[in-house]
Amino acid sequence: MDLKDLYRDVILDHNRQPRNFGALTDPDTHAEGHNPLCGDRLTVWLRFDGDRIADIRFEGKGCAISTASASLMTEAVKGKDKAAIRELYDRIHAVLTQPDAAPPDASLGKLAALAGVREFPARVKCATLCWHTLNAALERSADAVSTE
Amino acid sequence: MATPLASASRSFDAERVRRDFPILAQHVNGRPLVYLDNAASGQRPLAVLRAVEHYETHTHANVHRGVHALSQAATDAFEGARERARRFINARSSREIVFVRGTTEGINLVAQSFGRSRLGKGDEILISALEHHANIVPWQMLCEQTGCTLKVAPINRRGEVELEPLLGLLTGRTRLVAVAHVSNALGTVVPVERIVQAAHSCGALVLIDGAQAVAHSPIDVRALGCDFYAFSGHKLYGPTGVGVLYGREELLEEMPPWQGGGEMIRTVSFERTTYNELPWKFEAGTPNISGAVGLAAAMDYLESLGLEALAAHERHLLAQATAAIERLPGIEIIGTAAHKAAVLSFTMRGCHPHDLGTILDSQGVAIRTGHHCAMPVMTFFDIPATARASFGCYNTEADVAALVAALEKAREVFG
Repeated sequence: MDLKDLYRDVILDHNRQPRNFGALTDPDTHAEGHNPLCGDRLTVWLRFDGDRIADIRFEGKGCAISTASASLMTEAVKGKDKAAIRELYDRIHAVLTQPDAAPPDASLGKLAALAGVREFPARVKCATLCWHTLNAALERSADAVSTE
Repeated sequence: MATPLASASRSFDAERVRRDFPILAQHVNGRPLVYLDNAASGQRPLAVLRAVEHYETHTHANVHRGVHALSQAATDAFEGARERARRFINARSSREIVFVRGTTEGINLVAQSFGRSRLGKGDEILISALEHHANIVPWQMLCEQTGCTLKVAPINRRGEVELEPLLGLLTGRTRLVAVAHVSNALGTVVPVERIVQAAHSCGALVLIDGAQAVAHSPIDVRALGCDFYAFSGHKLYGPTGVGVLYGREELLEEMPPWQGGGEMIRTVSFERTTYNELPWKFEAGTPNISGAVGLAAAMDYLESLGLEALAAHERHLLAQATAAIERLPGIEIIGTAAHKAAVLSFTMRGCHPHDLGTILDSQGVAIRTGHHCAMPVMTFFDIPATARASFGCYNTEADVAALVAALEKAREVFG
C-alpha cells in the first residue's frame, strides 16, 4: 500500500486549489450529490451551448480524493458534448473500479492520476461521487428538454 | 516509543492485557496493528473466544424448551449469563435483565413497548444534542406513531450537555428523558445522576444509552437511579449481536410485549394468548445464546482487570494523546468536555478525516472517520466529519506514539 499511489501530486494540487470551484451564475441545470457514509456533499452546475457543456463549476465539502476528482472532472468535460462525456465516464469508471483494468492511456489526460484509487476500495466512492452528480445534472437537463 | 518503564510503574499492565487478545498480534499494511477504534467495537479476549467455543462444542441446544440434558445445560448457561449481567450493573433482580441484540434494539424496545402504550399527543420526550442516531431515530418514529413531541437539550462548544438548559426543557409533560452516558462522537461523560434526579422530580422516567460507558467504568444502575439502561456486548469485549436492556421491574411488568412469538408466551390459543413472565416476555424467539455466554465471559474478564484501574489507565492514555496531538499543527480537538472517557475526536486543517483515516491505516493505525452516527453533532460543530481515536484496555503509550507518528505522516503527505 503506497500512499504516493493514492495521493499523487496532481491530486494534492487539485485538492489544495480546486479548479472551477464556486457556484456558476446563470446555470442551465445543477445537481447535488451526497455520500451519506462519509458526509461528502457536492453541487455541480452546468451551462450548455447546444449539446456541449459551455461551463461547469462545482462546490462542496469532501476529502482530497472527492475534491480533486471533481476538480479534474470539470476540466476534463468542459467543452465536450454529452456523448463524449458518457464515453469518458465509462473509461474513468473502469479505471476506478476494475482491478485488472488496463493502465490509463494518455487520452485520459490528468484524470489518469486517479488510477491509484482502485487499490483503496473504501475510497472509490469518494472519486465517483462527482461523476454521479454530473450524470444526475445531465439527466435532469435531458428531462427538462424532453418535457418541453 | 515503547515505554516499558512507564508501563511497569503503573498499576494497570496493558502490555499483559494485549496478550489476551490474539487479533492484536497481526500486521496491517506491513505495520503492527494499532487498534484505536474501540468506540466502534472492542476486540475479544481469549476468555470470551474460549467460552463461546466451549458452549458451541459442548453445551448448545435451544433454551427453555427441552427436558434433555443439553437443553438444560444451555438454559443454565443462558440464565447464568443473565445473572452475571445483573451483577455487572448491580440490578436488583435478573428479571430486570432483558437480552437484546444491542443498545439499538434495547432503545427501540422501550420506544415501542413503553412509548407506544403510554405516550400520546401532548407528551414529550427529551434527548440531548449529542445523542447517537440510535437514541434519536426510535423517538422520532415514536413521535410519528403517537403524536408525542421530541425536545432536544443543547450542548455547548465543549460538547457538554449543560444542566440549566436541560432542566428548563423538563416540564410536567416530559414523560421520558433519554440520554447517552458517554458520547460516542465526543467522549463527553454526561452527568446522568443529576439528570435522573431532575427528571424524577418532574415525574419523568430516564433511559440511559450506556453503549460507550460500560467498558470504561463500573456501572451501578441502582446508584444511578435510572429506569432503563441499554448497552451492547461488543463494546465491552464481548460478541456482537447481544446486549442488555435493564428496566426497573415494576415498569417492565406493566409494559406490553414488543415482539410476539415463541418463548414470550405462557399459553396460546386462537382465542387468547397469555404472556410469559419477566424477562422472557420480551425475548420472543430463540435468543443469541452463545452471545450471552460470551458476554458473561467478557464481564468476568473486565472485572478481573479491575474497572477502576482500567478507567485510570484510559484516562492516562486520553490525557497523553490529547496533549501530544494538540501540539501538532492544524489539529483541532472536537469535544473538550471537562469529563471525557476514552474518546479523542479531532480534525486536521487541510486534511479531510477520510484522508487521515486512509493515511493512518497505511501506518497500521485503525481509527474511525466520519460522522459517527451522530450527524447533529457534526452539524453543531459545522464539520462534515471527524477522525476519532478511541482507547481500550489493551492500548498502550506505544499506541499513542504510533498515532502521533501517523498524524505527522499525514501532515507530511498533505504539506
